[in-house]
Amino acid sequence: MNLTLRVWRQRNRETEGRFETYEMKDVSPDMSFLEMLDVLNINLIKKGEEPVAFDHDCREGICGSCGMMINGRAHGPGHRAATCELRMRRFEDGEVITVEPWRAASFPIIKDLVVDRSAFDRIMEAGGYVSAKTGGVPDGNAILIPKPIAEEAMDAASCIGCGACVAACPNSSAMLFVAAKVSQLALLPQGQPERKSRALRMVEQMDKEGFGNCSNNYACEAECPKQISVSHIARLNREFLKAKIL
Amino acid sequence: MNSLVSLYSSSIGKKIVMALTGLFLCLFLVEHLAGNLLLFANDNGHLYEEYSRILVSNPIIRAIEIVLFLSLAAHAVSGLVLWVQNRRARPQKYREFRLDENTELAARITMLGGSIVFLFLVIHLSSFFFPLRVTGTQMTAYELVREKFSNPWFSVFYVFALVILGYHLKHGFQSAFQTFGLVHKRYRRLLDVVAFFFWFVIPAGFASIPVYFYFFVRVSTSPLV
Amino acid sequence: MKLDAKIPDGPIEQKWSNHRFHLRLVNPANKRKYTIIVVGTGLAGASAAASLAELGYNVLVFSYHESPRRAHSIAAQGGINAPKNYSNDGDSIRRLFYDTVKGGDYRSREANVYRLAEVSGSIIDQCVAQGVPFARDYAGYLDNRSFGGAQVARTFYARGQTGQQLLLGAYSALCRQIDAGRVKFFPRREMMDVVVIDGQARGIVARNMVNGILEPYAADAVVLATGGYGNVFYLSTNAKASNATAIWRAHKKGAFFANPCFTQIHPTCIPQSGQYQSKLTLMSESLRNDGRIWVPKKRGDTRRPEDIPENERDYYLERLYPSFGNLVPRDVASRRAKEMCDQGYGVGPTKLAVYLDFSDAIKRLGRSVIEERYGNLFDMYHEITAEDPYKTPMRIYPAVHYTMGGLWVDYNLMTTVPGLYVIGEANFSDHGANRLGASALMQGLADGYFILPYTIGDYLASETFNPVKTDHAEFKKAEQETERGIKKLMSIDGKKTVDEFHRDLGAIMWDQVGMARSKSGLKKALQLIPALKEQFWKNVRVTGSDLDLNIELEKAGRVADYFELGELIARDALHREESCGGHFREEYQTPEGEAKRNDARFSYVAAWEYRGARKGEVLNKEPLKFEVVKPSQRSYK
Repeated sequence: MNLTLRVWRQRNRETEGRFETYEMKDVSPDMSFLEMLDVLNINLIKKGEEPVAFDHDCREGICGSCGMMINGRAHGPGHRAATCELRMRRFEDGEVITVEPWRAASFPIIKDLVVDRSAFDRIMEAGGYVSAKTGGVPDGNAILIPKPIAEEAMDAASCIGCGACVAACPNSSAMLFVAAKVSQLALLPQGQPERKSRALRMVEQMDKEGFGNCSNNYACEAECPKQISVSHIARLNREFLKAKIL
Repeated sequence: MNSLVSLYSSSIGKKIVMALTGLFLCLFLVEHLAGNLLLFANDNGHLYEEYSRILVSNPIIRAIEIVLFLSLAAHAVSGLVLWVQNRRARPQKYREFRLDENTELAARITMLGGSIVFLFLVIHLSSFFFPLRVTGTQMTAYELVREKFSNPWFSVFYVFALVILGYHLKHGFQSAFQTFGLVHKRYRRLLDVVAFFFWFVIPAGFASIPVYFYFFVRVSTSPLV
Repeated sequence: MKLDAKIPDGPIEQKWSNHRFHLRLVNPANKRKYTIIVVGTGLAGASAAASLAELGYNVLVFSYHESPRRAHSIAAQGGINAPKNYSNDGDSIRRLFYDTVKGGDYRSREANVYRLAEVSGSIIDQCVAQGVPFARDYAGYLDNRSFGGAQVARTFYARGQTGQQLLLGAYSALCRQIDAGRVKFFPRREMMDVVVIDGQARGIVARNMVNGILEPYAADAVVLATGGYGNVFYLSTNAKASNATAIWRAHKKGAFFANPCFTQIHPTCIPQSGQYQSKLTLMSESLRNDGRIWVPKKRGDTRRPEDIPENERDYYLERLYPSFGNLVPRDVASRRAKEMCDQGYGVGPTKLAVYLDFSDAIKRLGRSVIEERYGNLFDMYHEITAEDPYKTPMRIYPAVHYTMGGLWVDYNLMTTVPGLYVIGEANFSDHGANRLGASALMQGLADGYFILPYTIGDYLASETFNPVKTDHAEFKKAEQETERGIKKLMSIDGKKTVDEFHRDLGAIMWDQVGMARSKSGLKKALQLIPALKEQFWKNVRVTGSDLDLNIELEKAGRVADYFELGELIARDALHREESCGGHFREEYQTPEGEAKRNDARFSYVAAWEYRGARKGEVLNKEPLKFEVVKPSQRSYK
C-alpha cells in the first residue's frame, strides 16, 4: 500500500516545530506502525536527513515507551493497544496519516515525537509506593487477599504509564494514571497505612505538574491500551475526599 | 478553614464544588418545576400566585434562595477556573483530535452548554425574577409568564436553552456521582434512571411551559376574574 | 590470572549464612559517606538501588530510558519461581537448586545456585509487601502454577504480566528512596565507560542523550545491572534498546566476560514476516501443552495447512521423542525446528517456520477451553499475522531470548575489577548453560534485594578510598576516549545505515553462531564479523548532531560494540568443543542427535580477559566442582 505521512518534526524543546509530509511506497500491511516509521527513517538517512525520533522499546505493548497521536487518536484508531501493536492493515491504501506527539504542557516535547513524561515519575515519587523496607516483611501468605480484590488491584496495576490518557484527554488530565496507582494500593491491605497521605500527595503533585482537570469525558478509558476503567478515578476521588475531610 | 481552602485549590476540590453545587441546583430544579407545573392548573394563575406568595414570605426559603445564588456563582466561577486551567494544560493544540470518536457529545459540550445555560439564566432572571422581586411590576407572575411566552422568539429561545440544559445535565448529573466516587456497577442502572429524570424529564417539563403558553394560552384572552 | 570465586567453605546449606556472618559491616553512621553508582533500573538495578539507599548509602542511578519503569524486565510474562511449597507437592530449596543446576546442564556454580534458591522465598514476601498483586486463589492465598516443564507448581504469577508487576514493585521502592532524597535518578543517560582509579572502579562517564553532553560521575563502587546482550543477533525478543555497551566497555576496562556463547533460544516466537521486521514477539511456552508441532512431509509444500492430509504431516517432535513429545526443553524444540527448516520443510512465506496446530486440542477440549487457556495469545497472534489460529495452525519459529553469559563475578557478585559489581542478566552467574523458565526474575531480584546489599558492604568496609573527584585524569581520559569514538562515528558519513549493518551482523550471528554451531561455521563467522566491522567503520552513516537527541548515534555506538562482542561469542563457541544447554555444536552429539557434554574437558567457566587492542582476548578458566548434584546426561526420549 501507498501512504502519505504528515509527521510533526521539532528539533528540540526550544525550537518551533512543523509538519513534514512524506510519501511512503509499498508499505506491507503486516508491518507494525513503528516498523513503517523504521522504513521511513532508513529512507531519510539515505537522503542525508535526520530520522524521525520516537520513543519505543519492547515493541510488544508493555513497556509504555511508545505513544503518538495518529489521525487524532492516541496510539492510533481502531484498536485498544499501544502504538507498537498497531498494524498497517488498519489503514487504507492512499490514506493520509497525521502523526503528532502527545501534546500537554506537562509533557514537553524533547524532539519530534519524543516527549518528556518525567512528571509521571514525580507523581509516583510522591507516595506511589508502600513503604516496605527490604527484609522484615511477613510471609506472602500471612495476609490473605480475596481474589476479586486482588483481581481489581491487578486491573489497576496493569497501567503501563504510556501517557495516552493525558494525550487523549481534552484537558490533558492525568487522573487515570494517578487513579490507577492510588486505587491499586487502596484496594490492597498492604496499602492501608499510607492510604490517606498517598492520595493527598499524589494529587497534589499531579496538580503541581500542571495537568488539567478531569471533566469526566472518559476519552482516557477509551484510549487506554490496558483498558483501565474510569471507576478507578471514582475511587481516587473518594479516597481524596475522605483523606481531606475525615 | 485552611483545609477547605486547600481542598478548593486542588483539582479534585474544585470538581467537588462543581458536583455539590450542580446537584444542589438540580434539586432546586425539581422544586422549581413542581411549582411551575401549577401554571398548568386551569385557574388563570390563581394557585400559582398563591404558591409564589408563600415562597416569598417564607424566611427559610429566602435563605435557601441566597444559597442558591451562591451555588450558581460558585458553579460558574469554578467551571470557568477549571476551563482556563484545562486550556493552559495544552497550550499547543493537536492538528487532528478526534474526540468525537471516543467521547459523548454531552461531555464534549459541557462548557459551551454551561455558558449558554448561564446566558439563559441571565435572561430568565431579568425577565421574571427582577421585575417581580426587585424592580417591581404591575403584572402578576402569571400574567408576566403569559405575556413573555406570547413572543415566539422568546419561546423558541427558551426551548433551545432547555435542550442545552438537558445536555448539560446529561453529562453533569452522572459526572457529579463520578466526582464523589459514588459509582458502583450494582447501582449503575438505578443511577441511569434517576439521571434520565434529571436530564430529560425535568428540562422537558420546563420546555412544556413556553410551548403550552404560546400555543394554548393567548395574551388576548381577557382575564376571567 | 587465577580466578578466585570466593566460594565459602562448609556444607552447601550453610555457605551463605556463614558467609554473611563473616562479611564486614559498614557502620550505620558511615554509610551515607559512601556513594554507589547503579547503572540500569530493571529488576536487579532498581531493587539493588532501593535496598542500598534504605541501608543509608548515597545512590546514583542511571538509565538510558526516560523512566526506571521502562526497563525490559517489564516484558517477562510467565512468572517467578520460589520453593515455598505452598502447593504441598514436595518442593524445597534443595529441589529448586537441583532443578536449576541440572537445567543449566552442569555449567553453573553450585554455591551460587543454592543461595539463589535459598533467598527466592523472601522475594515473594517482599513483593507482596510492596503491593504486587500476585494471582490468588478463592481463599485469598497466593496461587502457583507449574511452568516450563517443572514437576512442581512453584511459579508465582500476576496474569501474563509478572515481570511488569515485579518491576513496578521495585520501581516503587526506588521512587520511595528518590522521594526521601537518598537516590538521585539520572534519566536518558547512557553509560559510556567505567572509570578505574588505582585499581578500583570509581565512577562512570555517561552521555546525556538529550543534549549529547558527556557527564562524569564519581563514586566508591559501581554496580552494572544493564541486562543481556541478545540483540547482538539483531532479531530477538529483547527490547530494541537492550544493549551490551555498558558491560562491554567494562569488559574492556578489565572485567572478564564469562561464557559469552551461552545464549538461549526460545522455541515459540512469531516468525519474521519480512525484511523490515524489527523484533520478534515471544509467545508463552505454555502453548506447547496443547499445540502439536508439525511440518509437511513433502519439501516445499505450498498447500494451505488445512489441505494437507494427516498422513502427509510429520509431527517430528512426537516422532523423535515419544515420551516428551511437544514438551521437550526449549533448546531441543528450537534446534529441531531449525533442522526441519534447513532441510526444506519450513512453511509460510519465508519458509522459516513450523506449524503449531491446535485443531486436535479444539476437537478434544472444545473451543471454549482453548479460548480460556490461550485466548489472549491467540488474539495477539491474530493481530500480528492476520491469521486466525482457531482455524489455521499458528506458525512459529525460535528466537534469541536470553543470554546466560555475561560479566564474570565472584560469589560476592564482584567482577575482576575491584568495586565493580554486576547483577541480573548482565552477569553470568546462576543459570549455567541454560536458564529454566521463571528463573530470570528470581535471579534479578535475588541479586538486587538480598545479595548485593550485603556483599558490597564488605567491600566498602574493608577497602580504603582516596577521595576522587571527576576532574581526575582518569575521568578526563575516559571522556576523551568516548568523545573520540563519537566523533569518529559522526564523521564517517558513509552509505549504509546502522540498522542495515546490525541486520547483516545479526544474519551472520544467527546463521553461524545461532542454534546449531559448527567448527567451520564459527571459523567463517570469525572472518565475516571483522570484515563487516571494518565495513562499518568505513561506510556507516550517522546523520544529525552529536549534541542533540540522536537515535542513530545511540544505535551506532551499540552496534559498534556488538561487532566485538559477536566475535567473542563466536570464539567462545569455537573453543567449547562440546554441546551443553543453549550451546550446541554439531560435531558433539549423540547418534540420536542429542547434545553431548564433555565434563572431562569443559567443566569450567570460560572467562575472557581483554588485554588491549593488540593482544586481544585471553581465556581464563574457573573450574566447576559438583559436590552435591552429580552430573548426568539429559534424556527426553
